[in-house]
Amino acid sequence: MASTEIARQAGEGARAVPLSGHVGFDSMPDQLVNKSVNHGFCFNILCVGETGLGKSTLMDTLFNTKFEGEPTQHNQPGVTLKSNTYELQESNVRLKLTVVNTVGFGDQINKEDSYKSIVEFIDAQFEAYLQEELKIKRTLHSYHDTRIHACLYFIAPTGHSLKSLDLVTMKKLDSKVNIIPIVAKSDAISKSELAKFKIKITSELVSNGVQIYQFPTDDESVAEINSTMNSHLPFAVVGSTEEVKIGNKMVKARQYPWGTVQVENENHCDFVKLREMLIRVNMEDLREQTHTRHYELYRRCKLEEMGFKDTDPDSKPFSLQETYEAKRNEFMGELQKKEEEMRQMFVQRVKEKEAELKEAEKELHEKFDRLKKLHQDEKKKLEDKKKTLDDELNTFKQKKTAAELLHNQAQQAGGSTTLKRDKERKN
Amino acid sequence: MLEQDGEVVKDARRAASIGPEVFSSYSSSAMSEAVVPDTMVSPAVSSLYGEKTGGPAVDFSYVGIDAILEQMRRKAMKQGFELNIMVVGQSGLGKSTLMNTLFKSKVSRKSVMATAQEKIPKTIEIKSISHDIEEKGVRMKLTVIDTPGFGDQINNENCWQPIMKFINDQYEAYLQEEININRKKRIPDSRVHCCIYFIPPTGHCLRPLDVEFMRRLSKVVNIVPVIAKADTLTLEERDFFKKKIREELRANGIDVYPQKEFDEDAEDRMINEKIREMIPFAVVGSDQEYQVNGRRLLGRKTKWGTIEVENIAHCEFAYLRDLLIRTHMQNIKDITSSIHYEMYRVRRLNENNTAVAHANGIPEHHLAAHEM
Repeated sequence: MASTEIARQAGEGARAVPLSGHVGFDSMPDQLVNKSVNHGFCFNILCVGETGLGKSTLMDTLFNTKFEGEPTQHNQPGVTLKSNTYELQESNVRLKLTVVNTVGFGDQINKEDSYKSIVEFIDAQFEAYLQEELKIKRTLHSYHDTRIHACLYFIAPTGHSLKSLDLVTMKKLDSKVNIIPIVAKSDAISKSELAKFKIKITSELVSNGVQIYQFPTDDESVAEINSTMNSHLPFAVVGSTEEVKIGNKMVKARQYPWGTVQVENENHCDFVKLREMLIRVNMEDLREQTHTRHYELYRRCKLEEMGFKDTDPDSKPFSLQETYEAKRNEFMGELQKKEEEMRQMFVQRVKEKEAELKEAEKELHEKFDRLKKLHQDEKKKLEDKKKTLDDELNTFKQKKTAAELLHNQAQQAGGSTTLKRDKERKN
Repeated sequence: MLEQDGEVVKDARRAASIGPEVFSSYSSSAMSEAVVPDTMVSPAVSSLYGEKTGGPAVDFSYVGIDAILEQMRRKAMKQGFELNIMVVGQSGLGKSTLMNTLFKSKVSRKSVMATAQEKIPKTIEIKSISHDIEEKGVRMKLTVIDTPGFGDQINNENCWQPIMKFINDQYEAYLQEEININRKKRIPDSRVHCCIYFIPPTGHCLRPLDVEFMRRLSKVVNIVPVIAKADTLTLEERDFFKKKIREELRANGIDVYPQKEFDEDAEDRMINEKIREMIPFAVVGSDQEYQVNGRRLLGRKTKWGTIEVENIAHCEFAYLRDLLIRTHMQNIKDITSSIHYEMYRVRRLNENNTAVAHANGIPEHHLAAHEM
């Protein structure tokens, strides 16, 4: 029949050929962008910080809208994560923005486990994506990506150094998400203190080995601005959604008796830098880093944990999918067995208890019967006694009436006698 | 024409709206894992007191979300693109020439191999050549896959098999890399994006070989049929031939690119319908330039005139080039990766699952229950 000869000539080192005319594939980036615009984008931000550092306000300020109606309730015992998704549109770009807030972070007396729910949340998003990717019939193309692309870590403006809670949390998060540290409510610190604070923070981060997100400097068009911004980290921001009239413009600002802090004034705070870096220059890079670095790391660890290894060329492929399924089945089987066992034990215990209860009931009945009998006996005795007493009473009455009769008779007879006697006495 | 407006990304700063509009929002609380959506909160559309001054709109109400388009573009330019085209047809139909014409450079196998061998191979071979081409800063790795020997034997039974095997092998290679634990950042894409099938210009109807091949391969790859050497047909013969071909394709249930079932929305359908009424494109290829009316044009010079390749009154090469390269290239790649490849993957994973299920004694319905 026909046989194939697959000859790859100049495969890897493909030749570079010059074009002698306009072909037209320079429209490829446009086609790609078009497709993305039709599809829409999604971006997920996680805000980690203690209560009252202005996380919600900063989100409102960054995206120029009022996101939530009511402030969050802070009455849960542990750290909860509240996530909200919004659809924003600017010119022809549609963005599905998800903002996740940590409620109650740093409020506990014992903060050892505060970071745990955050790490679990981030892992859960990775897990969901991994599950979708491992499915047989999958729709990755239209999957709503919930993985966290950027984590804004709010540092309290103490002016001294990082709190140990901050260090511990950031250390736990740095391999899972892109961390951008920011100094919150920075209008509480003076300029000189701020400079010292920033230096202290960066040196602490470095000495503790915390990897924060570095803006990429490999693309010439943005390398310069990114490297300048890298040196300004952590950004000292002020958030505000209220507007104040300055000159003849309305600007977002915070008004104090001693002056007004303008949010978008670069001399006052780093808000513009943050917005520039986060949204206008590096949003795509943040998404890419999340997918190619953090997610891959998670996937690698998870799969290795489940016992997979990269197969060598001759062995069976797809051990991933099927062994995953097989392991899951195994796990389910075990679970089921355990469940059965528990159920059996439960049934057993119920039976025993029932028997016990029946015994007790029987005893009670017996006791009741006995008591009843006793009671009846007593009653009978009493009645007998009563009867005897009644009889006696009757006899007594009879005797009494008889005696009275006799007495009356005697009286009548003796009455005259007594009269006589009385008369005699009188005389 | 077919060309979509390439000028997509307008400078958004000039047309800044009053901040982004919030269309809808839904909130959810999470202890640590599953997120339960609440009822829809009514959107709070922001209305800042944006002063619409006469000059450029003030920055303060502009967030900059649409800058992501520019970021994507930068990333794409840096990464470059990949395209793999396969050409299938009998020898002598001008496949290599057409490739050279399409990409305006010597990309075909014949140009690379400086051999005088013009022998028709006894069996079908699959030969692929890669080139790096660049235009206006956009880099592309183009791979042309040639299939010499196709349809040239006396007995052509199953001549599509080696081609199908090749296409499936590429899917397999991609799948292997994708399920690796340590996998590359960018999985090298060698999957065949588009297969151009050359129909000899008989003028009558499709041959059984054509029908058979296209029927089988349209299920695994995007097929673009073209009428080769169309300068041997007059315009009426060409129209008749095209109509006949379209009828036969419809009668045999062959869905060539652009496939009807993958039209996404009404706009797509409109554009694609126009294309569907024109396929198969009647093309003429040439890599030689001649002087016509004072201009140097690609063409074929004959005694009775010069056929201009890029003149749409002469042949439909320009339409083919626009479809393949200028407007639908991304769409072709998307259909390959999200539909054809996924179908292959589903098939492959299912057949493995059943194999393992029987091996492990796990009843099949247990496994089936786990896949969505």
